Amino acid sequence: MVDTRWETKTARTLVLDVPEWPGHLPGQHVDIRLTAEDGYSAQRSYSIASAWPSDGGGTVELTVQRLEDGEVSPYLTDVVEKGDQLELRGPVGGWFVWREKQPAPVLLVAGGSGVVPLMAMIRARGLARGRQPFRLIYSVRTPEDACYADELRRRVRDDPGLDVHFVYTRKAPDGWPAPPKRIDVAVLNTHGWPPDFQPDCFVCGPTSFVETAADILVALGHDAKKIRTERFGGA
Amino acid sequence: MELDGNALAGDLREVFAGDLTAAVFTCAGCGHAGAVATLRVFQPAPGLVGRCPSCEDVVLRLVRTPDRVFLCLSGATRLELSLDGE
Amino acid sequence: MGIISRGFGGRRRESSPDLPPGQYLTHDFPVLSAGPTPRIPLDRWQFSIITETGEKHTWNWDEFTALPADEFTVDIHCVTKWSKLGTTWKGVSLDTLMADVESAADYAMAHSFGGYTTNVPVEDLLDGKAWVAYEFDGEPLHPEHGGPARLLIPHLYFWKSAKWVNGLRMMPEDEPGFWEAAGYHMYGDPWSEQRYHGD
Repeated sequence: MVDTRWETKTARTLVLDVPEWPGHLPGQHVDIRLTAEDGYSAQRSYSIASAWPSDGGGTVELTVQRLEDGEVSPYLTDVVEKGDQLELRGPVGGWFVWREKQPAPVLLVAGGSGVVPLMAMIRARGLARGRQPFRLIYSVRTPEDACYADELRRRVRDDPGLDVHFVYTRKAPDGWPAPPKRIDVAVLNTHGWPPDFQPDCFVCGPTSFVETAADILVALGHDAKKIRTERFGGA
Repeated sequence: MELDGNALAGDLREVFAGDLTAAVFTCAGCGHAGAVATLRVFQPAPGLVGRCPSCEDVVLRLVRTPDRVFLCLSGATRLELSLDGE
Repeated sequence: MGIISRGFGGRRRESSPDLPPGQYLTHDFPVLSAGPTPRIPLDRWQFSIITETGEKHTWNWDEFTALPADEFTVDIHCVTKWSKLGTTWKGVSLDTLMADVESAADYAMAHSFGGYTTNVPVEDLLDGKAWVAYEFDGEPLHPEHGGPARLLIPHLYFWKSAKWVNGLRMMPEDEPGFWEAAGYHMYGDPWSEQRYHGD
């Protein structure tokens, strides 16, 4: 691990220098295995947050949300330090990925730390100067729980064709036009793409969030085959 | 806790040369076809169990030991893999 | 073994000389589940034993709980390496359930609501070694832990103690159940560390 930074009070990004890394596609993940002195081990999957430049030379970054009753995540957020080694396997996964050559508009729907692989897609589009219109709908409990908030603000300004809409479920910022609420038909209808545009949809978050969002997208007329989902756990 | 077939990618990668989460399974129970990534996966358990998102029947079981991987696909009548690497 | 993760302890656990090899002591009761937790109303619950000749013995909930029951304290050992000592249960001994069953079969397949199966030699079910348990720690067995009733065979790894059990099918030959077909050991003796096929 070569560097680290906090994204929120409970989410930390780990920057890894992985020998012989073959590069990765946005949406892929790695499996991290921790091993204690007595041989006890635990393994979890984490999505890669960074994009890999086509000419190489990028970094592998994971953003880990600390789960209070977790076994692996608190180690990664609170114990591991710069210079420590981690055992990882990857990159893996080939379904929940976005490729630069996909021409369709893209709708990203994130619940909590489900934003991580979707951020990799936004970053990959930025690196490739992609022209596909991207929309991110990002559901967080409070403004303080939003990862990458500054970078998203900057990218909305600088990356043409990128829109970001936040949904606050517990507490909205002062002056926010709507009271806190969960993701619903109105949000996905207003801030997503019309089904006629045949967007590629990526939905990532906890199981109940993913099922709600995917069901709404289908009900709005999106082709189920164009909706890719990833449910995360990772205690 | 419930996950999905995306979480099987790492262990399946040890058995197959390519990615298997994008492969399409056909459920032996109900005939539903979908990407392996869409299987319902529950944990913790002694192994990974992928259930059909349509009928909940068990489509695949994967058990990893310190030095072996067992993959049981008796709940799938077919597995379809793309040869173009995607 | 891979890289040792500096400062990684993992879940709180202890080793103890009383434990089978490779096991750690736990004080909570981990819930392992390979599928959705079935919720079985007691008026729809039943337990059956089907012999190799097709003869069927069935108990509904009232009949089952009217049978003489044992209260017993045993250690349990999960193949995922946790052990829990001194767990207290109430249940009906398989000796009681098998008393009127005419069978010469050497093996049984336990079946559960939700489709789970596991195979056990008949001799490991008899002589006070196994129960169908319906109370844990003085309370009705919670669905997460296999309630209304689960098989309990404490001298074998805990995957043999099928949750949500609803019957036994007697078999002349041994056949693999759910985990056994996927690489786990056919017998599963924790003291010999029979975790996987071939161990």
